[in-house]
Amino acid sequence: MSADTVVRVRGLTRRFTLRGVLNGVDLDIRRGEFVALLGRSGSGKSTLLRALANIDHEAKGGGELIAPSRLSVVFQDARLLPWMRVLDNVVLGLDGADARARGQRALEEVELGGRALSWPYELSGGEQQRVALARSLVREPELLLADEPFGALDALTRIRMHALLRRLSAIHRPAVLLVTHDVDEAIVLADRVVVLEDGKLAADLEVPRDASGKVPLVDRERLTTRLLALLGVTEGFEDPLPLPPRAFPRPPVPAEQG
Amino acid sequence: MNGTLGAADMRLLEEDIAAALASPRTPRPVRKTRRLGLGEPVRFGALLGPVLLLLFWTVGSAAGLIDSRVLPSPWATVATAIDLTRDGRLGDNVAISALRAGEGFAWGVLFGVLVALASGLSRIGGYVFDGLVQIKRSIPVLALIPLLILWFGIGEFMKVTVIAISVFIPIYIQVHTALRGIDLKYLELAETLGLSRWTFIRRVVLPGALPGLMTGLRFGVMSAWLALVVVEQLNATSGIGYMINLARTYAQSDVILVGLVVYALLGLGSDAAVRLAEARVLRWRRSFAQ
Repeated sequence: MSADTVVRVRGLTRRFTLRGVLNGVDLDIRRGEFVALLGRSGSGKSTLLRALANIDHEAKGGGELIAPSRLSVVFQDARLLPWMRVLDNVVLGLDGADARARGQRALEEVELGGRALSWPYELSGGEQQRVALARSLVREPELLLADEPFGALDALTRIRMHALLRRLSAIHRPAVLLVTHDVDEAIVLADRVVVLEDGKLAADLEVPRDASGKVPLVDRERLTTRLLALLGVTEGFEDPLPLPPRAFPRPPVPAEQG
Repeated sequence: MNGTLGAADMRLLEEDIAAALASPRTPRPVRKTRRLGLGEPVRFGALLGPVLLLLFWTVGSAAGLIDSRVLPSPWATVATAIDLTRDGRLGDNVAISALRAGEGFAWGVLFGVLVALASGLSRIGGYVFDGLVQIKRSIPVLALIPLLILWFGIGEFMKVTVIAISVFIPIYIQVHTALRGIDLKYLELAETLGLSRWTFIRRVVLPGALPGLMTGLRFGVMSAWLALVVVEQLNATSGIGYMINLARTYAQSDVILVGLVVYALLGLGSDAAVRLAEARVLRWRRSFAQ
């Protein structure tokens, strides 16, 4: 294992009482690398993430798993404690005299510096998820695990969260494993996209970026098609212009009397 | 059909649009309430029932339809209340009853919370206490009174003990359930944040159990008054129950009525006090903040 590797997974298996979920997963993540993990629902994406986070006590299994102890998790629900104000949520479990100052800075990074004393219920869904992000990043994790963190947000909020996450992960440089089922999200955010299928990694693809960090349009389209095919989605690519559905039902035309 | 729009399709589309534009559009009046709802609520509307009852009582008494030995008139009851207040009997008895209930309530809450913490926060504590409390729970507190009288006599101690036990049960049940029912997702979060056991209990489990405690308090207050009424029927020499019992001996139905109204006011007042405390303590909850 090279010094640059943060996560090393070899032959990882996990099974619950009835079904096997992970059947030998191999995965390396380098320091500062942003990896998106795609898969259909039930493919074991979350199981892999929970194994890395060491919160999968209910699952049995084996294999080799090395992950840093300094890791943070962003869940799909923001998972803020409702009885704590926003800043207290961010610094929960931190020690040190400067903990609150660091928490305040983290809130400012996610553009919520003014909401430190709000209750969680006073925030919108997107704001709550930004607080959860601040709570994760204030710990300066070596590994950030995100389990469909934007799944419950509306499309516009989601786009803004993408930009925020890209900016912040460029500043803090944690290794990131983002679990998602959204192909576009994976391409926009990640340096590398891996696909989980039947409990094994079915693909491991680099995302090509130009000097400005953008994915060239052609590569993007090719990657999208490839990934969707890996996820079993082939519909919508053969028929360039389907006939629009009729706008209004037409009343039956009475037969002319002759 | 292949993917292109032919001239025939375009014509059909135009027909549709024309039909939609031609359909009549009468303006629809704006409705304020739901058509199938119950209609607009009226402020203080819930007072209608009590006011009707009072009206019936007043009219019945004035018309002589209600025998004053069965039910004294409203004005006679008010006059009795004023008399009882003036000579100090009402005030003294209310104070003694309230003190009794308050003392029993305080002990019940204290022990209920302590035992629930011991049993909710540790496996061994749960094994020791929870079974015992569940067994105790199946015996109504009031059925214990004969035994408690044998042990402690009929004095204040026995009375306060009965009240305390009847408060203990709901407090214990609610707090214990809340402590053990802490959401698994918060446990996961605490693990990923690397919280110590103590921090987890102090910052996550205990605040999470506060709603349970508040529910327990509301049940506990009701149990306290119920137990008070019962123990004050037993050889009491002071308190509202004593006043009512004495009045029964002399057939003073107006005094009995005043006693009942006082019980009702004490119950309503303490319930309102617990609700107020609840709104303060649980102000992080959306439902209380609005």
